[in-house]
Order: sequence, then C-alpha cells, then structure tokens
Amino acid sequence: MHSMNTSALVEPDRVHKTVYTDQQIFDMEMVKIWERTWVYCGHESQVPKPGDYYAVTIGRQPMIMVRQKDGSVRVLYNRCPHRGVQLVGNQKGNTGSAFVCSYHAWSFHLDGNVRAIPLANGYEGTRMNRDNPDCSMKRAARVDSYRGFVFASLCAEGPDLKEFLGEARIAFDDMCDRSPVGEVEVVPICHRVMQHSNWKFFMENQLDSLHPSVTHQSTGISAGRVEKRLKAEQGSAPLYYHYLSTFASSFEQWDAVQTINFPHGHGILKAYMGLRPRDPDTLEHEALLKTAYGEEKAEEYLSRSIHHVLVYPYLSVQSPLQQLRCLRPVGPDKTLSEIWHFRLKGAPEAIYRRSLWYYNLVNSPATMINADDLENWTKGQWGLQSNGGDWVSFHRHFGDDRVEGGVTYSNHGTSEAVMRNQFSAWSTYMQAE
Amino acid sequence: MSKDVTIPSAGPDFENLLGQEVVIEATQAEDTRTGAQRIEPDHSPRTRPGEGAHVLAPALKVGHELQQEVEQLLYRQAELLDAKQWQAWMDLFDVQGVYWMPVQPEQTEWQGSPSIFAEDKLMMEIRMGRVKHPNAWSQAPMWETNHLVSHVAIEAADNQTMQVRSRFHMMELRRDSVRHFGGSYRHSLVRDASGALRIRLQRVDLFNGQAPFDYVLQIWV
Repeated sequence: MHSMNTSALVEPDRVHKTVYTDQQIFDMEMVKIWERTWVYCGHESQVPKPGDYYAVTIGRQPMIMVRQKDGSVRVLYNRCPHRGVQLVGNQKGNTGSAFVCSYHAWSFHLDGNVRAIPLANGYEGTRMNRDNPDCSMKRAARVDSYRGFVFASLCAEGPDLKEFLGEARIAFDDMCDRSPVGEVEVVPICHRVMQHSNWKFFMENQLDSLHPSVTHQSTGISAGRVEKRLKAEQGSAPLYYHYLSTFASSFEQWDAVQTINFPHGHGILKAYMGLRPRDPDTLEHEALLKTAYGEEKAEEYLSRSIHHVLVYPYLSVQSPLQQLRCLRPVGPDKTLSEIWHFRLKGAPEAIYRRSLWYYNLVNSPATMINADDLENWTKGQWGLQSNGGDWVSFHRHFGDDRVEGGVTYSNHGTSEAVMRNQFSAWSTYMQAE
Repeated sequence: MSKDVTIPSAGPDFENLLGQEVVIEATQAEDTRTGAQRIEPDHSPRTRPGEGAHVLAPALKVGHELQQEVEQLLYRQAELLDAKQWQAWMDLFDVQGVYWMPVQPEQTEWQGSPSIFAEDKLMMEIRMGRVKHPNAWSQAPMWETNHLVSHVAIEAADNQTMQVRSRFHMMELRRDSVRHFGGSYRHSLVRDASGALRIRLQRVDLFNGQAPFDYVLQIWV
C-alpha cells in the first residue's frame, strides 16, 4: 500500500474525486492522519470511577479509554498480548481492578501492565518475562486532555495536544466557560448514525453556509409557520422553534456570516442562534456566570459569536448548545458519527433542556434536519463514483479571502475557503513521510 | 531466572479452571466462581441473565368489547401511518398527546434526556409540514412502510384512562432496500368528551434503539 503520490489530486481551487472514493487513499488517510494525529477519545466523565472503560476506535485501531486508580485516564490497545484476543467486547463498562482475557485468563492492571498468568512457570526460560513489554497491553503513544476532553495519539512524535488544537481550543473553552464552575459532564446517551459517504462530506458541510436554506428548507419553513402562529397567539414561542426556522434563513443572511479557518484544517463558523432572550432561565444563568466570573468575563463568554467549531478531521463542536459530533471513518463510503451532549455543571436545568431540543431535533436518528444532509452526502458519494466528471469545485470566492498570520478569514459566509483550508491540511498530512 | 523477572502466576486461578469440571458435576458450592471471577471477583459487572428485569404485568381480563375497542385503535393507527394519512394519525392523539421514542429502556421521562423522538402535537405538526413539503429531499426516494401490531395487553383500566402494551413490526422500503424495525408500544389512553379513546402518551421502544442507525427514521414508527 502506502506510497501513492496524492499531490496531483489537490489543487488550490479543486480536488480530484478519488480523494472521496478510493480505498487506497482511505487506507493512507488512516495511517497518515488518524493513526498519527491527536484523536478524540471521549470526555473524562464517561469513565468516572476506577476501572470504568469506554471502547473507542482510533483510525482502524480498537482502543480502550480507562480510568486508573490514581484518577488519571489511559488509552490502551484492546488486545491481549498473548494471542491477540480483544480484552473487552462491550462498548463500555467497569472492569474492576483488572482486565482479564476470556481466552486464557491472562490479567492486566488498569495501566496495561501484566498482572498474572495462569501456570506462569510455563514461561520460565522463554522471552516472555515481566520485563518484556510484549507481555503487557500496548498503550497509545500519547494521551492528554483539554478541559476534560480526552485525546490520544498513536504516534510519539508530532505537535502536543495544545499545539494541535491551536485556536480550535475555543470549542472546549466556550462550552466549559458557560458553566459557573467551568466544567461540563457528558450525558451518557449517545446518538449514533451511519453516514453512507466519505468523512469529508460531513466536515465540509459543517461550515458550508450556502446549504442550509436549500437542504433544510422543508423543516425550516414548516417550523417557521408554527413559530409564527404561536407568537401571534401567545406573544412568544419556545427557543427551539427558532432553532429550526433559522435553517430557512435567506442566502444573504447566511452569506453575511464569516468563517475563520485555522492551520491543521480547523475552523469556526460564526453566527449566533439568539441564545440570549430575556426569559427568567437565561437571566438566572447569566447571573450565575456573573457571580462566578465577574461582569466583564461573563459578558465576554456570553457574547462569543460561534455556531460551530471544527477540529479537523473528525470533530464538530457546537459549544453554545453543548453538543459534539465525532466521526469514526469505516471505509471510503462509510462513516460512523457519534453525537454527544453535555450538561453545564452548576447551570440551571432549563438551559440543558433548551439545548436538548436542538440536540434531538438536529441529530437524533429521527432528525428532521440531518436526514436531508445524509441524503445529500449519499447522493454526493454516488455522484463522485461516476465518470461524469473528475473534479470537485471549490472555486467560490477563491482569491477573495483575507489571510493573516496563517489564518484565513472569509469575506463571505458562503466562501469555499473552508474546504480549501481543509484540503491544504489534508495534503500536508498525506504528503508527510 | 530471578524471581523479579518472573511473570507472577495466577496460581489459584488454574486450580479453578480445572475445577470447572467439578462445577458441571454440581458438587461445588453454589457460588463457585469461574476463572476470571476467581482472579478478580469484581471484574465482571454483568448482571446475570434475567436479573433486575422488569416483570411485565399480566394482561387484565377485560370485556371482549373493551379489548376490541383498544385493538381497533392500535390497528387504525398502524394503517394510517402506512397510508401516510398524517393528520388523521395526529388526530388520534389527545390535545396534550405526546409521541416518545427513548434511546434506552431505562428512560422514564419524555423530557430531560436524549430521545429518538420526543414530540408534542406542535412538533408533530412541524414534522407533518416538513414531510409534505415538495422539497423534503430525503422524502423524495420511493418509500413505503408496513406495520403489524400484536400482543395487545391491557395492563390497567378505569372509566377514563388505560395503559396498554403491544408489539410492533415495521418493514420500510426505501429506494431499493428494506429495513426492519421491531419493538414494543406502550399507550396511555384517555377518553375525550365524546367518549372516544385518545392517545395521551405513546412510548415506542425500538428493540435496536441503542445500535447505530443506518440512515434515519423519516416518520413516526
């Protein structure tokens, strides 16, 4: 496999269709991107007690995120070093004080070190002794977390987590700062939806502000009709009607929104979903933040203009609504999305419930929003597999963006600067030795 | 080989692995532990099969007429979905009616935790409006459903309210392939002013609700 030159496939304003469809390119992506860079494993609150574990896939590698007795979190390969059997078969659980293999009862401490082997004297005089690292579970090369969000890298070299995240750290800061104690905790129910398309479709779509009023018009219009009626009848409508009706905003409104595109392919779509109405719940929440952080800081936190933050190539974080979507690519035309929701510790329950409507309406397996995105991406995948054309166009507002200090600011929300920036990062990853 | 580099032996575990034969012969104490539990008694968090399961209430013996009235309501609901008669389907719900599909069987409240569907009548109206819009793109490919409802058990009933559980199977044709969905319904029914049964809450537990979804559900199940 490995060396295939991808440099001819990405031009500044267009990319070749095979980057979405080719199995060999997908395999290279797993090796050169996913199995090298920092990948999101989960939130620390998914594994609160020692022995709690969560199985997670990094690229093609089955890993286990596990809480240690000392409170730290480690990430280990889910593989018994004896004959290769996976040590946990469930997605999550508590393994007590050790992992025990179901095949020959080799057991391992929570940090992966071998603990005991039946009839261990059978190994006397062989190479399998306690000092041999092959006797213990292999660990991810690096594990680190940022504000409770755990990442692992399967490669010892490369930028550290903070450097990798760069300015995209704002995703986690913005979410946590909305809690008066600066912390969030995971809601332990995850929506999982399979996308029949290459992972890039999702990442491009997240900051694509030309699509909502086309793709989501049916839901936006229908919700807008009910919202309007409620306002006429009662003077106001719950915020979640607005979440939905916003999708049918005009092209001009979406074009007025800006994207900011960072190194490593990360990016932000600005915009604001009207999350500060003057209702008692919002006022209570704002008062708590002002008490915790002071007037000025609280105002800074509450007035951030963020719709989505992307951590390329797999995370879309909607921090003001406490949701995080993570991609686990399965094949060139198959991508699992895991969609998580978080509670702001110490914030009023009403703030959580309000954002829960958005979480369900946009992401659930019965969503009225993503249903139409998934339809586009499926048809997109089929279209790109055809011989009807070789290139994918990213020409919109090409040459019009403002670049300062390695950051690309679009002058138009609908600029395809987002995709151009993502592919610039993609090329850097793919062309590395 | 010095002691330090020797892999610690699980010791007692091996005796226990051999001991399993004895377990089969039922000569061991009742709580004999198998290999992995012997090494780490707390390592296996699994509950024993059947442990902690909710015991389903047996069906009430109600009059034939009431049983039939309830069954006909459920059958009508299924037929209206398959016929895509959304408004008539919504009309089966009481004005405060809620349609709810939790993710996990343990969930008890329709609000306050992630759900697959959590819809009051206004949200149902939005969904109906969307489905009927000519540019609801995901609705464009050919799709049909076929519902079967069975095992109708009335769990509790008085003059005004009723709890009913049943099972369903829905086949869905979408483009050229068929998907299957199965699970159980739990209907809370009330009588309206005219005496007709209306749905106050319909809880739908998909038996595969926690698995990844291959594409999404377009409409109520």
